[in-house]
Amino acid sequence: MPCMSMRHMKDNQEGVICTIKARGELGRRMRDMGLVPGTRVKVRGRAPLFDPVALRLMGFTLTLRNNEADYIEVDVDELH
Amino acid sequence: MTNSIEATIALAGNPNSGKTTLFNALTGARQHVGNYPGITVEKKIGAYIKDNRRFTIVDLPGTYSLTAYSLEEIVARDFLIDEQPAVVVDIVDAANLERNLYLSIQLLEMGLPVCIALNMVDAAKRRGIKIDEKRLAEMLNVPVIPTIARSGRGKDELMQAVEEIANSHKTRSPVLISYGQDIDQALFEMERLIGDEQFLTDTYLPRWIALKYMEADENMRERGKRLNSRLSAVLDGIAGRVSDHLEETLATDPEAMIADYRYGYIRSIVNQGVITRANDLSRLHVSDRIDGIVTHRYLGPLVMVAVLFGLYQFTFTYSEIPVTWLETGIAKLSQLASDHVPEGVLKSLLISAVIDGVGGVLGFVPLIVFMFFGIAVLEDSGYLARVAFMLDRIFRIFGLHGSAVMPFIISGGIAGGCAVPGVMAARTLKSPRERLTTILTVPFMNCGAKLPVFALLVATFFVQYEAVMMFGITLGAWAGALLVAKLLRSTVIRGESTPFVMELPPYRLPTLKGVTTHTWERTWQYIKKAGTIILAISIIMWALMSYPGLPDSVKQGFQAERQALLAAVPEMVIREMQSDGDNGILSNQAHDFKEQMVLLDAREAEAGLKNSIAGRVGQGVESVSRLAGFDWRTNIALLGGIAAKEVVISTLGTAYSLGEVDPEDSKPLADTLAQAPGWRPLTALCLILFIMFYAPCFVSVVCISRESGSWKWGAFSIVFNTFLAFTLAVVVFQLGSLMGF
Repeated sequence: MPCMSMRHMKDNQEGVICTIKARGELGRRMRDMGLVPGTRVKVRGRAPLFDPVALRLMGFTLTLRNNEADYIEVDVDELH
Repeated sequence: MTNSIEATIALAGNPNSGKTTLFNALTGARQHVGNYPGITVEKKIGAYIKDNRRFTIVDLPGTYSLTAYSLEEIVARDFLIDEQPAVVVDIVDAANLERNLYLSIQLLEMGLPVCIALNMVDAAKRRGIKIDEKRLAEMLNVPVIPTIARSGRGKDELMQAVEEIANSHKTRSPVLISYGQDIDQALFEMERLIGDEQFLTDTYLPRWIALKYMEADENMRERGKRLNSRLSAVLDGIAGRVSDHLEETLATDPEAMIADYRYGYIRSIVNQGVITRANDLSRLHVSDRIDGIVTHRYLGPLVMVAVLFGLYQFTFTYSEIPVTWLETGIAKLSQLASDHVPEGVLKSLLISAVIDGVGGVLGFVPLIVFMFFGIAVLEDSGYLARVAFMLDRIFRIFGLHGSAVMPFIISGGIAGGCAVPGVMAARTLKSPRERLTTILTVPFMNCGAKLPVFALLVATFFVQYEAVMMFGITLGAWAGALLVAKLLRSTVIRGESTPFVMELPPYRLPTLKGVTTHTWERTWQYIKKAGTIILAISIIMWALMSYPGLPDSVKQGFQAERQALLAAVPEMVIREMQSDGDNGILSNQAHDFKEQMVLLDAREAEAGLKNSIAGRVGQGVESVSRLAGFDWRTNIALLGGIAAKEVVISTLGTAYSLGEVDPEDSKPLADTLAQAPGWRPLTALCLILFIMFYAPCFVSVVCISRESGSWKWGAFSIVFNTFLAFTLAVVVFQLGSLMGF
């Protein structure tokens, strides 16, 4: 399955990050928190106003805004 | 056999890794908090003493990395490099090993003497994660000690290991990570150049300098440029070359590449039998189950409103009792001074400036204690991060961060808070621009001191619409604050919004020790700083309102009137006054006499105030303030309001010859205003608008300056807010007048 933007992932969908296009401070913050290609992430849910999004990766929960999630492409697992 | 030893050790680690808990466990009560010079990052220092070992322990700010992007990271990095601690204890959350090791390997790459405290092993075990610490120690070539900071388990073993490192004095070889051929080659080339010219090598390892240049680290490049701009440019050139190449071939940059390889290195370590997981990672944790309710689409906001309201109630209801004690105490002190200090300047100074001024500051203390306690509980439990998560979407529109809701509510977002603890509560915000904007806009909320002023004006001029008006005032404050936030964020505090990327820490039961230490530290800082400055300012305000006194001729005039009154009353009345004092029931004649005397005193006070510097200023700006419908009396009252907003009422009272007016019972003032010439509903409305938005009270200004790290912002809040408030009032007054109100 080709990579898709994290913004379009549904709740509880899982996958492996393929690319992160963010540069500068945002890119650095993402990397500091473990968002790098090869990391497995799961969308845990979204805030009541549908933004930000909560992710689960490497055993902890991370949140980021939808417009920040746009920079992340994820190879989403086939739904079963 | 232990030798006597003294050394400095630093605690480094991710936020939420239990670093502060470990710090508390190691140092107990032997700690103090300061600030790093010029910035608001807290510097916590403590001592660990056992037998003949004495370690000074510095708790570095929690960071995820050492990339020198945030203030916290720069502080941590500078400390590690400049102070050269004998040992760096790196606290690693066992349940979160991979991400925590990202910081660890950066410490190791710097060649620092690291000792890893593998913390919260109990929580990790409960989540089915087992870590082979011996294997981890072997792979990283540093001691790894399992600890449970909450119960203090493992802290003696940890300090044993720390002591061994401190005693060994052996030079450690830094961890070398390969970053792929392109970067490795360039690093090698840079390292050679750096070594040849001894470029910054007295403080940093050559490889680390090269790495930082490769990552285009601002902080390092600036240092380098100042020392040797030629070599610095050469290094930049090499890094630029690699960067271009990576961009072309892989559409990435060196920084991202380096991070990828670091995580790759961590994964390779972790996957070599360091971690064994009993359960599937995606298993629902307790935290997830709580979040299922607490951040639920419909339940979440309800829970949040309840929690925020609860905090508000807790802070303002329970602090009322100690506040009353303090007020009573201060009133007693004031009475004592009034009874025992001889009449004169000293007495007036002591009562009006020293006791009232410092008393005003102390009066906030219970509020601050309760508020910080409540916030510490919410913060340590992990709930505050959820509030930011839920509200970010709304606050972002105005260039603020979701976490800003707490400071706004505390400052009076529901009406009746206080901007002082509100400004201080902005500390929980980590992003500098959003934090400054929050600090500058929370004083627009309707604090408990503005409310009685509004209540008086509304009750006098808008009797039928009381509830609507008060609600409108609250909404107006929010609208004003958010719009000003937007304005500031698009002008003076312009800049990209700080990335929201934030950890939602697992819920934890806050420890009493952690919460109380937190509360006490912050309260004490407030008392110390605000107390001294406020004393000076209250003395100045007192002087402005008392000097110059009335000229002798005028004073003699009042004295003569007093004599005349005395001469006019029969002997009997005077005797009655002396015997019964103020408490007894007076005859009609005596009652009239007393009233006349009080009236005379009040007139003298009014004349004195009018003649004072403040009075002259008030009259001087009258021609301008008339544009908004304010006369000189209002001007003086507003000037006094800068000291503390409730002063507006008492000063208006003096200016209208009513003597001292109690803000809690301002009926006589209301009656006077209703009949005073020049006062109509439109005037009152403009005054309300002005009071909502003009200069924050002095205690707030002091806090703003302190929390923003610069007096410039304190001054800005006075000038900008007053300008804004005046503009608003003028526009409304002029338009209203035109429309015939």
